[in-house]
Amino acid sequence: MIQADLTVILPEIVLAVYAMVALLGAVYTTKDGVAPLLVWTTSGLMAVLAIWIATSGNGTNVAFNGMFVDDGFARFAKVAILLSAAAVLVMSQDYMNRRGLLRFEYPLLVALAAVGMMMMVSAGDLMALYMGLELQSLALYVVAALRRDSVKSTEAGLKYFVLGALSSGLLLYGASLVYGFSGTTLFSGIIQTAKHGELSVGMLFGLIFLISGLAFKVSAVPFHMWTPDVYEGSPTPITAFFATAPKVAAMALFARLMHDAFGAAVKDWQQVIVLLSVLSMFLGAIAAIGQRDIKRLMAFSSIAHMGYALIGLAAGTELGVKSMLMYLAIYVTMNVGTFAFILMMERDGQPVTDIEALRQYGRREPGKALAVLILMFSLAGVPPMLGFFAKYGVWQAGVQADLTGLVIASAVASVIGAFYYLRIVFYMYFGEEPEEALDTHSSPILWAALMGSAALMLVGVVYQFGIEGAAAAAAATLVN
Amino acid sequence: MSVFAFYLFAISAITGGLFTVISRQPVHSVLWLILSFISSAGLFVLLGAEFVAMLLIIVYVGAVAVLFLFVVMMLDVDFAELKAEMARYMPLALLIGLVILMQFVMAFGAWESAPGAADHLAQPVPTDRHNTEALGVILYDQYFLLFQLAGLILLVAMIGAIVLTLRHRTDIKRQDIVAQMMRDPAKAMELKDVKPGQGL
Repeated sequence: MIQADLTVILPEIVLAVYAMVALLGAVYTTKDGVAPLLVWTTSGLMAVLAIWIATSGNGTNVAFNGMFVDDGFARFAKVAILLSAAAVLVMSQDYMNRRGLLRFEYPLLVALAAVGMMMMVSAGDLMALYMGLELQSLALYVVAALRRDSVKSTEAGLKYFVLGALSSGLLLYGASLVYGFSGTTLFSGIIQTAKHGELSVGMLFGLIFLISGLAFKVSAVPFHMWTPDVYEGSPTPITAFFATAPKVAAMALFARLMHDAFGAAVKDWQQVIVLLSVLSMFLGAIAAIGQRDIKRLMAFSSIAHMGYALIGLAAGTELGVKSMLMYLAIYVTMNVGTFAFILMMERDGQPVTDIEALRQYGRREPGKALAVLILMFSLAGVPPMLGFFAKYGVWQAGVQADLTGLVIASAVASVIGAFYYLRIVFYMYFGEEPEEALDTHSSPILWAALMGSAALMLVGVVYQFGIEGAAAAAAATLVN
Repeated sequence: MSVFAFYLFAISAITGGLFTVISRQPVHSVLWLILSFISSAGLFVLLGAEFVAMLLIIVYVGAVAVLFLFVVMMLDVDFAELKAEMARYMPLALLIGLVILMQFVMAFGAWESAPGAADHLAQPVPTDRHNTEALGVILYDQYFLLFQLAGLILLVAMIGAIVLTLRHRTDIKRQDIVAQMMRDPAKAMELKDVKPGQGL
């Protein structure tokens, strides 16, 4: 039996064992000297695992007494997590190296965080959920504070840690109440007892605490306070990592918990998710207007985008989950490209995050400026770009689930939010000449990531990466 | 008899907790905390969970509380100032605490388990074996995956602590064993013939 179980979690085992072996190897050889190599091997391994998971898995496999579930939904999320983590790792190498931040622990902590994320999306039990979440979070706290000589970076790490611990407390308290109600921590057991209209007040208490804890991890308003500071303080490649893989993992975990454990009581949690979604979209759209720092701006942008993705979850239907998965995949692709550009923003070799520095960028670097224009339009949700179709998908699911009010609100928020994306484009093409221009040098990897992501925003419209079918199949395994 | 023991342990646990918070001396706080731990261990024994009771004594009293004592004695924290700060926010804190307490009373007043909850219980209390053995079976068999994951989390914590604090200093003298062994008297010593009355 144990052998069958281990076969199911083989990808996780491979990644975890790799991280431990590589750690020992690096400690006994040249330590930070092998860091560049480790970055490449880690992201290579992640890409291989992603392909392996995408091609080999089929059906629903349950391991370890139902604690670990490997189904189409988990595989879709894992592929998105692994690919985005691999892309961000490769992109970060140059930046980290030039600032002396490329320690050999960095790629390994990212790998261990990825193991945690894979456990999260496959969790079939409240305890497995918590373990995966902590493994992921703990690694993220450390990488946030990686630039330990900078006050901002340590502040980011500490803030993330303290607030993360608080949210873990909320989550655990909710889990204990749910356990008290249903007598089991297995999702498959909870769903038999948690039926709509039969939930006691205490159970609803537990459910709300669970949602609060998870809302913190996806940085949905009103649990978003940490996001701008952590995004601003962390080294930029790590901000890029925060904005991609962990968001996919947390949203997927959210969907799994809501559908696998509380799928029979959709009406009981729908209103809470709707509220989180509306607040996130509006706060993300309005608070970002005053931001001049592009990293803080992207933090509010990610809060708003999580709001849109939550519409898909709030719908509580198969179409909703499918549109949420599509939204996450497109969001991650856009963010990889945008952060590739932010990593290139340098003046005299020093990173610049002020958006004023982008004035007249379109005249000096027409190619890159055009790519950024496409990405910004896509982030704002302007029709011909892929970002619009992501929003269109969740709106469709929302309307079908009788959430028309939410859909209208999100359209309004999307129009407000378009302002700050378009302002960047305005600066690039119509702004006044800046005092000092940005450096023109760029690493080929970042250039490729930026151009590739922008191209996908255009080409993807035709067949949506070809992943629409995979997302639909993934949603079908979760909701039934 | 067991009722008497229960109330004895319960009252001393609560008293310990209360005095932990209100003691003026931080060292006294830690000692009260130890009393609270020991009383809780007593309650676990009454429940028939002797393994957990022993863990509480060994881990919390033996390791954690002693660590607290060292930390309290080593760190020069001005607790009087902290307390003054606390007193300022006390009314607000009490108000929030009261509101939350009332909400919880309302929630738990209406508390009930689901009808089928008893059937789902992960592990009924074992009757045929003592609970150290039962815990071991659960931990290494049913919850094997979680046990291993917990190990991985501790590994990440350890890596994190090292990444964030370890600094390789190059300006300090380190022991070089090979260099020590390669020394020979001819190079290590220099003999000087000092003439009487002249010095070096």
